[in-house]
Amino acid sequence: MAECPVCGAQIILAPNAEKGEIMSCADCGSELEVTGKDSVQEAPQEEEDWGE
Amino acid sequence: MKVGFLHSILRVEEKLLIDEFRTRPGVELEKIDDRERFFDLHKNDFSFDVVIERCINHSRAVHALKIFNDFGIPTVNTFEVAEVCGSKFLTTQALIKTRVPTPKCYMAFTPESALAAMDELGFPCVIKPNTGSWGRLISKINDRDAAEAILEHKQILGSYHHSIFYIQEYVEKHGRDIRSFVVGDRCIAAVYRYSPHWITNTARGGKTDNCPITDEVHDLSVRAAKAVGGGVVAIDLFETPAGLSVNEVNYTMEFRNSITVTGVNIPAKVVDYVLEVGRR
Repeated sequence: MAECPVCGAQIILAPNAEKGEIMSCADCGSELEVTGKDSVQEAPQEEEDWGE
Repeated sequence: MKVGFLHSILRVEEKLLIDEFRTRPGVELEKIDDRERFFDLHKNDFSFDVVIERCINHSRAVHALKIFNDFGIPTVNTFEVAEVCGSKFLTTQALIKTRVPTPKCYMAFTPESALAAMDELGFPCVIKPNTGSWGRLISKINDRDAAEAILEHKQILGSYHHSIFYIQEYVEKHGRDIRSFVVGDRCIAAVYRYSPHWITNTARGGKTDNCPITDEVHDLSVRAAKAVGGGVVAIDLFETPAGLSVNEVNYTMEFRNSITVTGVNIPAKVVDYVLEVGRR
């Protein structure tokens, strides 16, 4: 089970969650990135050359 | 077929594409995280039949695509398409060259000449960074006072590329514009994007609705796609009294808000195209 680094909520990752996938913490709404089978980190912040 | 999936973070679009690739028999998908992978420029140790680019950073996409293309690996999209689409200036030049309708546009390199250009173009006008997306740092300039202030800010606070002044006529959109999706030589879907804000980008919270693909929408979208080199691109269109006009062309298109409203399986169409490129 992963833990939200912002609010500490327990997060159950979907079975098909991919490393690098962006998701939201259901408790605090923080944007998170999946880093492993049971780990997440805060998603990177928008940079100047991000986009389409 | 071995497909490379070049990515940074995996957003909804990337997840949909990955899931679609994994339904295709005979496809081996390898993810390439641009944050982790490094490239020996002297050695091609890749064995991909095709690479699909889905980086969130334009700068990384352009460099990686050039590496793959120079190694002889086909990519969707190509380095040339990414380079043109990543520059509003190069996109405008490509559209003008191929006579695709696009808003009037001026370029200047100093605040003084930019002011003179705006005086000629008239107010309101729009100034945009040459490289940028999601409506970021786009300014609607209503009068000369605002122009002087913004130009000074850009020159002093920005890096050197913020002193390349790309100045576009302001087109009154009446609360909506059109985003069309081109895959190869077909416009596969289009949506109206509504917003009370003059910037209708859905990244800024605009709403979408299906837009019928009229002959005009199809023709102009495909012509715009060809003008920048073709592939899988999203075209931003303005509706003007003189007809449709192409504002921008996007090469790492976002489509999450356009699947349900159009009923078009956009990720499937993209994957079809990528696999077709890999088979060539």
